[in-house]
Amino acid sequence: MKILNIKSTLILIVISALSFNCSSDDDYTPPNTGGGNNEPDFSGVYAQQDQMGRPAVNTVFVSSDSKNMFNTTIPSEQNADFQNMFQTNLEALSPAFANPGDMNALGQDAAAFTTLLATDVLNLSLDGTTTFYDGTNVLTGRALADDVITVELLLIFGGEDFSENPTLSNDNVDANDKPFLTSFPYLAAPW
Amino acid sequence: MRNMKIYVGIGIIAITGFLLVAADHIDAPAVSGGTSDITDFYAFQAEDTDNVVFVANLQGLLAPGATDNAAFDENVLIEFNIDTNQDNVEDLVIQAIPRDGKMYFFGPAAPNTTGLNSTILTSATQSSVDISTRMTPVTEENAGMKFFAGPRDDPFFMDFAQYSDIIAGNASGFDNPGSDTFAGSNVLSVVVEVPKSMVGGSGTVNTWVESKRKQ
Repeated sequence: MKILNIKSTLILIVISALSFNCSSDDDYTPPNTGGGNNEPDFSGVYAQQDQMGRPAVNTVFVSSDSKNMFNTTIPSEQNADFQNMFQTNLEALSPAFANPGDMNALGQDAAAFTTLLATDVLNLSLDGTTTFYDGTNVLTGRALADDVITVELLLIFGGEDFSENPTLSNDNVDANDKPFLTSFPYLAAPW
Repeated sequence: MRNMKIYVGIGIIAITGFLLVAADHIDAPAVSGGTSDITDFYAFQAEDTDNVVFVANLQGLLAPGATDNAAFDENVLIEFNIDTNQDNVEDLVIQAIPRDGKMYFFGPAAPNTTGLNSTILTSATQSSVDISTRMTPVTEENAGMKFFAGPRDDPFFMDFAQYSDIIAGNASGFDNPGSDTFAGSNVLSVVVEVPKSMVGGSGTVNTWVESKRKQ
């Protein structure tokens, strides 16, 4: 950005100098070339650095030496590239998935659960309730008040009926420190 | 025996470099703590149920005193991706890029190319909103959409400190009640509300957010 600014400034100086030197018309108004004050520059190519679908997926399931790679793998290729890693890390992390046949409360074994998670997109319903999980609806969006960490801890540690490993399956922080707004922009005012 | 398994499991993960750093806050070395670090992504039905809302948060864990000095990076494009046909490839994007105190928005529109590299869709619907300061929020409406960009309270909540202690082997479980590690901290937020009719209409779409840096 600094280099760009310097370049732009130099170009402006050169243009001004040329305009001044070449013009004998006192009333001359330089044309708006589009690079001046009015029109921002939106040119160029932007290359991916970070991405996110569901909360905590990269941080929990991707091994540290692969985190940058995960952030620059397009979602349609994530399952092929990362599902095995997710499953290995899940089975190592959670005693609720330590034995063959272990499932979470969605009825998913380790392979099915990590197949869902490895493609890191957030499903969004355009037909009604949008929530990460509200006891009835599953993965129809992510609302601000959703306790997504406890949901994920329950699915990772809670076993088939959310009863296993109770001290690991709920962080006991159930709500934000400030109430959300009912209207746009919905997020609470900053501190 | 079960406890043993927990510790062995946690130990293995810790050794292989397991680090849970909240929702997506400082999730990977290349972006950690920088201006392209996405901390969170939300997508939900709006107050007007004909609309949906997309939220991208960046640069998390801003103390109130540090918030005024935090700024969106003019070299970082924030791109909301919407897959409407279940192939996990974006069919529509909403792009947000800051220029001189304003956040400019383009779309929703089909991208020029899908995948890791983007160009800005200057021929798509263009909107903008003044970037809000900490004390003065500004919102804008255009083409049936609503726009906000600026600091907000971090909506994420979790007892991350206790989780770190569990992972480090210094605690065997969460406290009750827990303590919200993100209480009292701010993020830089980009919030867009769009009619459902602009992003697929009905059914389920797949969504994600990306940050992309100018080359």
